Amino acid sequence: MDKFLKMTAIVAPMDRSNVDTDAIIPKQFLKSIKRSGFGPNLFDEWRYEDVGEPDADNSGRPLRKEFVLNQPRYQGAKILLARENFGCGSSREHAPWALKDYGFDVVIAPSFADIFFNNCFKNGILPIVLDEAIVDALFNEVHAEEGYQLTVDLENTQIVKPDGEMVTFEVDSFRRHCLLNGLDDIGLTLQHEADIKAYEEKTKQTAPWLFAG
Amino acid sequence: MSAKTLYDKLWDAHVVRQEEDGTALIYIDRQLLHEVTSPQAFEGLRMANRKPWRIDTNLATPDHNVPTTDLTGGVASIEDAVSRIQVETLGMNTREFGITEFAMGDVRQGIVHVVGPEEGATLPGMTVVCGDSHTATHGALGALAHGIGTSEVEHVLATQCLIQKKMKNMLVKVDGKLQPGVGPKDVVLAIIGEIGTAGGNGHAIEFGGQVFRDMSVEGRMTVCNMAIEAGARVGLVAVDEKTIDYVEGRPFAPNADQWEAAKQAWQDLKSDDNAVFDKVVEIDGSKIEPQVSWGTSPEMVLDVNGTVPNPAKESDPVKAGGIERALEYMGLKADMSVKDIPVDFVFIGSCTNSRIEDFRAAAEVLKGKKVSDKVEQALAVPGSGLVKLQAEKEGLDKIFTEAGFEWRNPGCSMCLAMNADKLPTGKHCASTSNRNFEGRQGAGGRTHLVSPEMAAAAAVAGHFVDVRDYL
Ligand code: SF4
Repeated sequence: MDKFLKMTAIVAPMDRSNVDTDAIIPKQFLKSIKRSGFGPNLFDEWRYEDVGEPDADNSGRPLRKEFVLNQPRYQGAKILLARENFGCGSSREHAPWALKDYGFDVVIAPSFADIFFNNCFKNGILPIVLDEAIVDALFNEVHAEEGYQLTVDLENTQIVKPDGEMVTFEVDSFRRHCLLNGLDDIGLTLQHEADIKAYEEKTKQTAPWLFAG
Repeated sequence: MSAKTLYDKLWDAHVVRQEEDGTALIYIDRQLLHEVTSPQAFEGLRMANRKPWRIDTNLATPDHNVPTTDLTGGVASIEDAVSRIQVETLGMNTREFGITEFAMGDVRQGIVHVVGPEEGATLPGMTVVCGDSHTATHGALGALAHGIGTSEVEHVLATQCLIQKKMKNMLVKVDGKLQPGVGPKDVVLAIIGEIGTAGGNGHAIEFGGQVFRDMSVEGRMTVCNMAIEAGARVGLVAVDEKTIDYVEGRPFAPNADQWEAAKQAWQDLKSDDNAVFDKVVEIDGSKIEPQVSWGTSPEMVLDVNGTVPNPAKESDPVKAGGIERALEYMGLKADMSVKDIPVDFVFIGSCTNSRIEDFRAAAEVLKGKKVSDKVEQALAVPGSGLVKLQAEKEGLDKIFTEAGFEWRNPGCSMCLAMNADKLPTGKHCASTSNRNFEGRQGAGGRTHLVSPEMAAAAAVAGHFVDVRDYL
């Protein structure tokens, strides 16, 4: 996984609450057995006039011009600004894969659905929870100013606005450590092999039926 | 020692390592695998040259993409090439790593959340995971069960553990006695209507109270299944005699030598009397009416005798906007009565309601009746090959087919329409599944979540009706 340190990028506003994973990446794309290539189908139903198909060429499809990611001013956005309960619905990791593949490294919202929140970290996306009032203000500023950019500094857990104003955010220290160092969870866990084996030995005594296979 | 909730006990029993910052390494006793969320996990394992930590804890079955029509052609008969490749990939991966798979054509194949408990593969006291959010289902047996993402599927395959933070404890207590015609699905829909789709975020929900003590184990599965629609990854019901009777004798259950010890260990799988929950919600079970969802989120649910909300009467503009959007998508008018919503399709199935008791309940309503001419298609899709077999033994399939239902083979089917069973644009479906999101059952389709009994009654009437008038 790439290291996540500090980035500055255009912010795209997704002004809806309860954006679910079916909206982020519609189910027909879950049929892929790959991890990559989902970006062109991010928000497929909202983004295109027609219905998308997996493994098809998306370049010639009719776009819904009013949809936020289709507006010229938000091209190149790497930060998604969202409303409450973003990412609700299924556990599909295709949702963060699609966001990442499209180019989003950060999602800011007042709240996230749990599974989606966890899946983000595992795929190098930083989900940031901010107060509703701050998120509101950000929406206003993004709408008001074309080319609005934020700087997200994970090292110092700070967001810097164009006018220099700073907003601090909280992030789990373990997740922060993994993102900053580009660490892979499995490698980390396997460092504790002895603990896992000790747990198994103990459980074989107390609940042998769990080891009957 | 301080009093513990059931969730606390299950958690404590599975901590391999506790870090100072609150994260813990949790041991996983069972992983269920299906074709959609596992290919990238196996690919990751191979890429990193890793082997599964324990093969015997994993159990696989294809469900999302399998056709529910004729299965005799096996995997090759799946017309959609992408679907076929996923199902084939599951077979290749399980063979390569030596993992047990109930493949297409095996009578034990079915929806992973129906198959797990049916086989005794999910047991009280276990930690159970699956790359699917409805894994909460297995909590009905007093197991700590939740959905995980594909990276975590790979993590469990490679290490038998998960990196987790403990959730908070929430108790949803439903006391009283349910009215006749009101079942587990109505209970859980009413709960979601009450607490909202984010009501359980960050919490493990234990369902307690008289209603759940009286409920069958299969009914508890229906309730726990939809904990995720209430925002909670985990749903739980305490272990009692019913749980133990349910488990006894199932293929993966403890063998005779270990049965008594296991039973003994499971006695303690309930919250201590004075255990403290971070959040408690109490609902009077006797007041719950048959439920019908009207909108595009499971919390948009109403009593069958209710009327569809009017955005003009909503003071919060965000909520009013949400209602307006849902009304438009669903093709409904504000203030119309639920009973005037037409039903074009009926789907009885999904991991929420495709067990034998669900088909018995629906058959009770359908017996001797016919599906309305207004209904274009009515599907009955058992959750597993064994459920199907049992239903046929009891002659239930006849009741369904004589009424005008199609009696299908097991799979997820029209719950999410990854296979060929799709709800056409603009059509209303009385569905026993769990999600009514836009496009969930097919692009532009309009889903109404109901119980099996309510779906059967709607099929007969051609619109929603109060099933109590049909009993
Ligand atoms: S039946 Fe529906 S909810 Fe259940 S596992 Fe299948 S697709 Fe998911």
